[in-house]
Amino acid sequence: MATELEDQVNLLEKQLKSLQGKQPKDQLSIIVFSGDLDKVLASMIIATGARAMDMEVKMFFTFWGTTMLRDKNKSPKGKDFMSKMFGFMLPKGSSKLKLSKLNMCGMGTEMLKGLMKKKNVASLEEMIATAAELGVEICICQMSMDLMGFKKEEMMDYPNLKYVGVGTYLSDAEESKIQLFI
Amino acid sequence: MTTEELKALKSDKVIDARGTACPGPLLAAKKGVADLQPGQIMEILSSDKGTTNDIPRWCRKMEYEYFGCIDEDGIYRLFLKK
Repeated sequence: MATELEDQVNLLEKQLKSLQGKQPKDQLSIIVFSGDLDKVLASMIIATGARAMDMEVKMFFTFWGTTMLRDKNKSPKGKDFMSKMFGFMLPKGSSKLKLSKLNMCGMGTEMLKGLMKKKNVASLEEMIATAAELGVEICICQMSMDLMGFKKEEMMDYPNLKYVGVGTYLSDAEESKIQLFI
Repeated sequence: MTTEELKALKSDKVIDARGTACPGPLLAAKKGVADLQPGQIMEILSSDKGTTNDIPRWCRKMEYEYFGCIDEDGIYRLFLKK
């Protein structure tokens, strides 16, 4: 009887330990799929806000989102024709992103930027700098990089920039309390 | 706390986040609270109305004691204890 109880306690302890290991962390993971200025802005506000709340923040930039992380001052050599074309057609960095609505050939975007300045909303560039300072982790989808022909040499300087696959995202998302797709 | 009680509080630190928009005040509060000792009182000045909802929730999450807010013509003074 006593050993039976002991066995049961041991089993319960083991189960409890494994359950505790599966608890989501105080962590936020965001997929930034969009390369639209408004959507990227929203994702950066959420990311920096979450750091203020002491949450770990992991951002995964994929597809059009990767264009935000290009550096407008960097031009890597040795690209093939298609990569050059894509590189030319897609925005080169955060300052070149456009609004998803009311862009009006760039006029709307410039107007919004003016309004943001007037109303003391931090610019996207300032937000990226704040995110770096606060330790927001940024990962870039390697497949998107290959697809669009982007090279690591043309991406912006950001602390601990990582190039990852879907597995990294999924394992981080599984551990996160909040997951967003923007 | 009533407005009078809040006004009587002696803040150990004042963070001025007036003029900044979301998430500015929150980030300023986070920065300001870093070198605050437990038990010390901090006051946050903000002109962003959203802050009056954000800071109480932030305090709950961070386990700081939130005292309340005084509205002085669109400038919000929020008080908390670390």
